[in-house]
Amino acid sequence: MKPGTRLKSTVCDTEVMVIRAGSGVFECGGAPMAEQRPAERGTLNPAFADGSKIGKRYVNADGSAELLCVKAGQGSLSCGLVALLIKDAKPLPSSD
Amino acid sequence: MNISLILQMAADAEPDRVALVCDGRRWTYGALLAAARGAARLLSESGRGHVAFLEESSEAAPIALFGAAIAGIPYVPLNYRLADADLAALLGRIAPAAIVGDTARITRLGPDSGHAVWSRGAFVTEAEALDSAEDLAESEEAVAVQLFTSGTTAAPKAAVLRHANLLSYIFGTVDFGSAEPEEAALVSVPPYHIAGIAALLSSIYAMRRILLLPSFDADAWLAMVAAEGATNAFVVPTMLSRIIARMDEGVAADVSSLRAIAYGGGRMPPELIDRALRLFPETGFTNAYGLTETSSTIALLGPDEHRAAHRASDPAMRARLNSVGRPLPTVELEIRDEEGRRLPPGERGEIYVRGEQVAGEYRERSALDAQGWFPTRDAGWLDDEGYLFLAGRADDVIVRGGENISPGEIEDVLMTHPAIADAAAVAVPSTEWGEAVGIAVVVHPGHPAPDEDELRALIKGRLRSSRVPERIVVLGGLPYNEMGKLLRREIRKALEK
Repeated sequence: MKPGTRLKSTVCDTEVMVIRAGSGVFECGGAPMAEQRPAERGTLNPAFADGSKIGKRYVNADGSAELLCVKAGQGSLSCGLVALLIKDAKPLPSSD
Repeated sequence: MNISLILQMAADAEPDRVALVCDGRRWTYGALLAAARGAARLLSESGRGHVAFLEESSEAAPIALFGAAIAGIPYVPLNYRLADADLAALLGRIAPAAIVGDTARITRLGPDSGHAVWSRGAFVTEAEALDSAEDLAESEEAVAVQLFTSGTTAAPKAAVLRHANLLSYIFGTVDFGSAEPEEAALVSVPPYHIAGIAALLSSIYAMRRILLLPSFDADAWLAMVAAEGATNAFVVPTMLSRIIARMDEGVAADVSSLRAIAYGGGRMPPELIDRALRLFPETGFTNAYGLTETSSTIALLGPDEHRAAHRASDPAMRARLNSVGRPLPTVELEIRDEEGRRLPPGERGEIYVRGEQVAGEYRERSALDAQGWFPTRDAGWLDDEGYLFLAGRADDVIVRGGENISPGEIEDVLMTHPAIADAAAVAVPSTEWGEAVGIAVVVHPGHPAPDEDELRALIKGRLRSSRVPERIVVLGGLPYNEMGKLLRREIRKALEK
């Protein structure tokens, strides 16, 4: 999967952009994400229902997979059903 | 990837928050996105291959920038200050284009070029009327922006910035929605400069309200800071110099809201930043170094580093005030010699950079090497802790009998003379040495011009004899472009006379 690919949750409103693909298997709300939304929404897995936050970066443990959340939703993000964590932002002074 | 994502995210997060203030009117993120979508339809229907912008900054600039991005057409802001012949040549290179700006001038310069032309007012009115709520399909066009370089040494080159380059820069340097509700950035850089593009993208992604000043004027800048409570601003050194001059002349100025001033785009005179740090004791200063070809900033010296250097008595620490800081964590930077070998700290060479934000690409060719490194043509060196110091353009080096001479070292010595207000050293032709040193100096009002022997003795007393100028000219002022870049080719011409 190419960096820049947009993925959509199949169970909630969440949308992400792939920054680093890693193994390339991403889920939201416990269900695999897709480039197109399905005609009918699946059900949210309660184990993956903490929600996603717009503008946050989500990474796996070794940093090989990274997503940018571009639209928030009820499902939480995972890679191979291992929850992704919000990456700490190291703020830089504004230079523009 | 598409830079319109930046505006879409802001509009999705807080559609009713104010995004932009210009000429007394306010646009929310939602209204700005709606106008950009309408502009996309307008530009798309025009069928033209470029979207150009040719006038002072206004709300029409971000609407055209994001509209072009959504429509998948490269955005090409042009320098409206160019002379007719130079502008006509650039317009010819992008014809037929959809152009927002000075309609009479565009028609006069290229009556048969097939351009589609809108004035600022007509463009914004039509774009807002055409708004459609439906999402347009994301375009596959890779190029977001094309900027013509200022061409201080040669004909302007068409630098290409891809959506991926600009997004990488923004994602790497700005935390989404991180601005507090009261934060507002005063943007007064021209729309055709990379700093003007970066200011729009960064502020919208941070959700920091943009206060757009159509064209810089020190009094208008000070008035806007006070009226809108600007918390952030970006200036080029020339602007800062004029702002301070007006404050010294007693112009009423409430600048207490200013938390951060970033500067870049040209060399900051040490005495000016020293003065600014004293005059704005509570403000954080950031020095940003970057190029058009690198999607703006690649190294920066932050507020704490400024204050630490300003307080320091140790000369090496104090010298950091003249540094452009350390490379961004997302960028690799090296100093190399003429054979391309990497140089250790302390040695001067050419600055090379690599990273996802580094485009290093022109319409005609890519300037990246096989490993993806971009030769900036800027000369510089790193200190032991990785702070970068600039030493002019690699093309400005004077090569006298095989010896490389940096103009900066000569200029720094000349500036220590009490009568000298400004100085530049350039290469002049020499039958004996190939090139030799020529200098142009500007004298403070009321001071007599120092004679040539005195200036030669000053240089000879401080530097090696090869640095002693062969030709000297006294000028009323040095030629700078509007961004404060010294036009060395003009000085060479003055010395040839």
